[in-house]
Amino acid sequence: MHEYSIVQAMFDQIEALARERHALSVKRVCVRVGQAAGLDVSLFKTAYDTFRVHTICEDAPMEVDEVAERWSCPNGHGDIQPGRRLTCETCGRPARLASGDEIVLERVELEVR
Amino acid sequence: MCDSCGCGDSDLVPVTVHERILANNERAARHNREHFHDHGVTVINLMGSPGSGKTAVLEATARSLSGTSSLGVLVGDLATDNDARRVRAAGIVAEAITTGSACHLDADMVHKGLHRLPWRQLDVLFIENVGNLVCPAVYDLGQDANVVALSVTEGEDKPLKYPTMFRKADLVLLTKVDLLPVLKDISVARIEENLSMVMPRPAMIAVSATTGEGIDAWVQWLSALRQDRRQAATVVRSGH
Repeated sequence: MHEYSIVQAMFDQIEALARERHALSVKRVCVRVGQAAGLDVSLFKTAYDTFRVHTICEDAPMEVDEVAERWSCPNGHGDIQPGRRLTCETCGRPARLASGDEIVLERVELEVR
Repeated sequence: MCDSCGCGDSDLVPVTVHERILANNERAARHNREHFHDHGVTVINLMGSPGSGKTAVLEATARSLSGTSSLGVLVGDLATDNDARRVRAAGIVAEAITTGSACHLDADMVHKGLHRLPWRQLDVLFIENVGNLVCPAVYDLGQDANVVALSVTEGEDKPLKYPTMFRKADLVLLTKVDLLPVLKDISVARIEENLSMVMPRPAMIAVSATTGEGIDAWVQWLSALRQDRRQAATVVRSGH
């Protein structure tokens, strides 16, 4: 259950940002999570909602944008479907993870005076 | 400030951040990696389920490399330093990182653990991660390679059930292969096939810490990695 550690790291990031901008509070948090990032999105949301109480994110709902896992040939022979061997059928090169391993804090909405 | 009328009401400001949430851990991992490279220490992040044989592999590695290489281990465990004591008994310097409730090691825990270990004198430092096939895969520690221990008793489909862990592995050690004769339904070929579905560069060595089978191949893999890292460091130093 590393979802709590990830949420804690995100609170630290957001608190630093809010301090820097002299924000009164945070009103929205947007996160991008890849399907191959090793993060269970529903657990992540539960951890966020449980631990945001009494933090600067208390009034900030979180939106999670999930990014599909996509493998492709590094020589440009197109995508390789997950669930098959991760090598290109045309050239035999090992596939490259083109997207889906990110855990990124994309945007926050800050209340400032 | 409300600019229109000066009433003092607050405004909502959208801020684009676009930063990896584990950026702090990644910075700490880079810091560890620089230390390791500066001192020529090759570092392995050894992961696997509880009971997959990580500690037994380290004991067998210590027996094989006794007198030829200087090895050290940082052992992550929720509680107890039992594994650290086991590898110490095998002649390796070892320190435990007791994580309490944390299900994985992070780069900062490793950094603090290093303060208690004479790591600069080592050829190879093993970081034996907390037994868990999920969480440790997400945290870079500053290692040169990820090695995952998978025992033959865990089932052939483990790689498919925990794809992130195996995708991040540079090498899988298939452990306890001395048990294969009594595990009639387990096929090593099917395990390899499953690994090829989640590892773009599948690499597996079958080992037994009990009989010593495969330990030579594993030690050779370590030696090749060490040589590779030394050459890379030479290229960086000479500016090519």
